[in-house]
Amino acid sequence: MWVWFHKLGSPRHFYRISGRLLPWLTALAVGLLAVGLAWGLVFSPPDYQQGETVRIMYIHVPAAVMSMVVYAVMAAAGFVYLVWRIKLADLVAAASAPVGAWFTVLALVTGSLWGKPMWGTWWAWDARLTAELILLFLYLGYMALYNAIEDRRSAGRAAAVLALVGVVNLPIIHYSVEWWYTLHQGPTTRGMRIAGTVHPDMRYPLLTMMLAFGVYYAAVLLKRTRCLVLETERDSAWVRELVKTT
Amino acid sequence: MRPARKRRLYMVLLLVTGVGAAVALALTAFNENLMYYYTPTDIAEGRAPVQRAFRTGGLVKAGSVQRGEDGVTVRFTVTDTRHDTRIVYKGILPDLFREGQGIIANGRLGPDGVFVASEVLAKHDENYMPPEVAESLKQAGAMPPHEMARPAGARP
Amino acid sequence: MNQIPFGSLEEFLAMGGYAAYVWPVYIIALAVLVANLVIPFRTERRILRDIARRLRREQRGMQ
Repeated sequence: MWVWFHKLGSPRHFYRISGRLLPWLTALAVGLLAVGLAWGLVFSPPDYQQGETVRIMYIHVPAAVMSMVVYAVMAAAGFVYLVWRIKLADLVAAASAPVGAWFTVLALVTGSLWGKPMWGTWWAWDARLTAELILLFLYLGYMALYNAIEDRRSAGRAAAVLALVGVVNLPIIHYSVEWWYTLHQGPTTRGMRIAGTVHPDMRYPLLTMMLAFGVYYAAVLLKRTRCLVLETERDSAWVRELVKTT
Repeated sequence: MRPARKRRLYMVLLLVTGVGAAVALALTAFNENLMYYYTPTDIAEGRAPVQRAFRTGGLVKAGSVQRGEDGVTVRFTVTDTRHDTRIVYKGILPDLFREGQGIIANGRLGPDGVFVASEVLAKHDENYMPPEVAESLKQAGAMPPHEMARPAGARP
Repeated sequence: MNQIPFGSLEEFLAMGGYAAYVWPVYIIALAVLVANLVIPFRTERRILRDIARRLRREQRGMQ
């Protein structure tokens, strides 16, 4: 079992496997996004209360969920790197950071565009919105810290510590709407499921978009990690062989 | 597991739990400040600030909305099903404003107990459904309650 | 299955009066998603080209 675990950490092995998975993942991601977008934008009903602005939900909720999922992956990968010193884990964490940051920006911007017509304001310092903004700062801090330190090993370790310290923000974002009075409404997702307060005609396009964003992240993560693998292993024999054949 | 690795594992777990505990403590200490608004019950029971501006929120009571003669002023009452607060406001109301809707108002409590609002926001709940479904639920009297109708709310 | 709740293209574009909010959301989302997917593809190709170029230079230097 441990042999498999350590083989999983081999950059060369990862490069080969990811190369075979990527075409399928990318196609699946694009397909799911296309279906989800059409479903949410065209083939679903307006909301009795929010009218057509409810269609923003099909972007905002998946983006917000992914902003947290990616951070969890980044923190978990950092944890593996700190404890087991597997280099690939550090690469996965570093590759995840910009994607997660973009999901967070998307969640904040689309949330703002949804808040103005429905709440009457572009922004509010309520617990959930503030915590999501802090998440963006954590992502930016992670990337800044990584770039600020010369030695790659130390940089990876410092960044991993930062990511783990920030993990406490994730339950805060999620439970803020239950722990405190907030402007943001109650949770749309409970655990991994969508709350029963969302009508099926809206629940299924939302589920599709959430799945689409997840597969999309997997594809982008594999691609970005491959780039980092090539950069950090460029002097190794297998990379030289690889380049000769391409 | 090798001793060095086990030591790293414990250190990291200690770090995460330590930070978690510290943050949990800080949040409980600042709990009141993290609330985005005070409820009518908070105001009635004297927990809301007297001298400065604050936010209050509740459901707009049916039949309580009165438009002033100047066409801009509006008076209405918000409730959390236990207590009411009267509000007066001059300005643009959000699209979602209507009876039964949750709102959050920013302003000051006047000496006569009427809350003078400088800003009114709408707070909707997480119920999503098509208009036809909402209609039939309303007629059957089976609409799920707005989360602001739970006066006990999030208070620990 | 759901039918299309819009009576015409104009209605669809108008988004019930909220076009100024809904369309920017989808346009920005598409831009972010497309860019984040396309850029790593270009980057990998560039890295492979760079390594190949350096390899050729090394081999020429050794001759």
